[in-house]
Amino acid sequence: MEVVVFSLLNGLLYGLLLFMLSSGLTLIFSMMGVLNFAHASFYMLGAYLAYAMGGQIGFWPALFLAPVLVGVAGALVERYGLRPVHANGHVAELLFTFGLAYLIEEIVKLFWGKQPVPYRVPDVLSQPIFTLFETTYPAFRVFMMVVALLMFGVLWLLLKRTRAGLMIQAALTHPHMVGHLGHNVPLIFMTVFGIGCALAGLAGVIGGAILVTEPGMAHSLGPIVFVVVVVGGMGSLTGAFVASLLIGMLQTFAIAVGASIGDLLRLVGIPVAPHGELTGITLAQIAPMLPFLLLVLILIFRPRGLMGARET
Amino acid sequence: MSALADTIATPPARRASGEAMLEIRDLHAYYGKSHILQGVDLDVGAGEVVSLLGRNGVGRSTLVKAVMGEVPPRGAIRFKGHWIAGLPNHRIARLGLGYVPEHRDVFPYLTVRQNLQLGVKNPRRPGKWRLEQMLDMFPNLARRADSPAGVLSGGEKQMLTICRTLMGDPDLMMIDEPTEGLAPLIVRQVGDLIAEIARAGVAILLVEQKLSIALDISHRVYVMGHGRIVFEGTPAELRANDGVRREWLEV
Repeated sequence: MEVVVFSLLNGLLYGLLLFMLSSGLTLIFSMMGVLNFAHASFYMLGAYLAYAMGGQIGFWPALFLAPVLVGVAGALVERYGLRPVHANGHVAELLFTFGLAYLIEEIVKLFWGKQPVPYRVPDVLSQPIFTLFETTYPAFRVFMMVVALLMFGVLWLLLKRTRAGLMIQAALTHPHMVGHLGHNVPLIFMTVFGIGCALAGLAGVIGGAILVTEPGMAHSLGPIVFVVVVVGGMGSLTGAFVASLLIGMLQTFAIAVGASIGDLLRLVGIPVAPHGELTGITLAQIAPMLPFLLLVLILIFRPRGLMGARET
Repeated sequence: MSALADTIATPPARRASGEAMLEIRDLHAYYGKSHILQGVDLDVGAGEVVSLLGRNGVGRSTLVKAVMGEVPPRGAIRFKGHWIAGLPNHRIARLGLGYVPEHRDVFPYLTVRQNLQLGVKNPRRPGKWRLEQMLDMFPNLARRADSPAGVLSGGEKQMLTICRTLMGDPDLMMIDEPTEGLAPLIVRQVGDLIAEIARAGVAILLVEQKLSIALDISHRVYVMGHGRIVFEGTPAELRANDGVRREWLEV
């Protein structure tokens, strides 16, 4: 019981962190058709900026300022990097973001070194907020869940209830037509890219404090975020939300459950030897594989993703 | 002459070169290496209805696409005194040039009402066409006002795209193949709508294949063949000219 409850909480936490990253990426991906390999790098930038600024101005101002700065950086990258490259096609864009991801990583190493930096949450948030089965649960984790859920709500309202949101939704499928009606589509692209990066930055401010702030942090989350976008379906905020939670839970539970493949097979009535080479592999061992297995299967059997507007 | 044509105001006198609302001079366009437009000259005056006729593949759609920059244009295009060749499409639209592309690009996941709302360029300065008025005009759209536009029939989508562009208060509308693949009754309705728009003083450049509609509602017609204008005149002149019709229009 204890294992289930804590796995549920951790899965939710991890899933919500994935959502904060993938919400921006799914809009960017479906609108511009560009696989932004550097998206998780903006997440890393958010963490490092919050660490650097937090020392000077404190955590709370940094919580707001760091994402804003990351968003501005993202908008500039779109305007002066991606937009000129766009003229040369998607492959050039792909290579551009690929290069950008490494560039940001090297810049981070240059400024803050290769070792993790001691980025911690403020004392008020590191207090335990409740105790469950004699284990305490830190307030910061609850804070992160609240921020992620708020973000989902605000984004959803912006997209569905405002005129700017309508333009974004229309531009997801028919950017040219939106332009023909007199709306500045390049400006919409730049804004969405900037906001998407700002959200990734916000995820970094929070995720960096919960996990660890180090130059490899973009690499460790980047691929999973792509899985979320494809599984959720291009351009679907709700899809990204559902897929994030799904993958968060999937990974956490696979690690928490101590069973092996042999145990599972016996459970469904297939008798196998207990410690065979294959049957002895535990679920925890294959946990890192599961999201990518899901990615491959979704691409084969349901290319639109769970709730996608169109094929990937 | 049909009843439709009678409803349109008397054609404004053909303007002397240099005064038309839309002037196209020596326009060329390419798809890769193929030379689609080979030096097209075309004028549309204020309040004038002009049809661009011709068989499939002669470059009629490419012409309107080149005006909007969908296909890179080479040549001179002037609209209301502004040189627009190569401008971003939203800036061209904001000068008052509306474009309804041939594929009836409704925003499928937005409702009919939201589609119409996005036609408005500046919500603080609404134009002379009102959303409720559009819905009154088309009961079919009104009934589906809050359904996703993706579920509409082909004819309803066509009405919606024309109405949506109209919401932006254009001075000239370029409408590409509005009746393609529609049932005769719907074709009639589209023709009526275009006549209604013309009566309100909006100039129209209509790309059409159905001669009957085009000849009924146009003040002037151009016929295109192989990337060039091969005939220019009034509908009556085209009706009288068997040679042009046989060589460039009839299948």
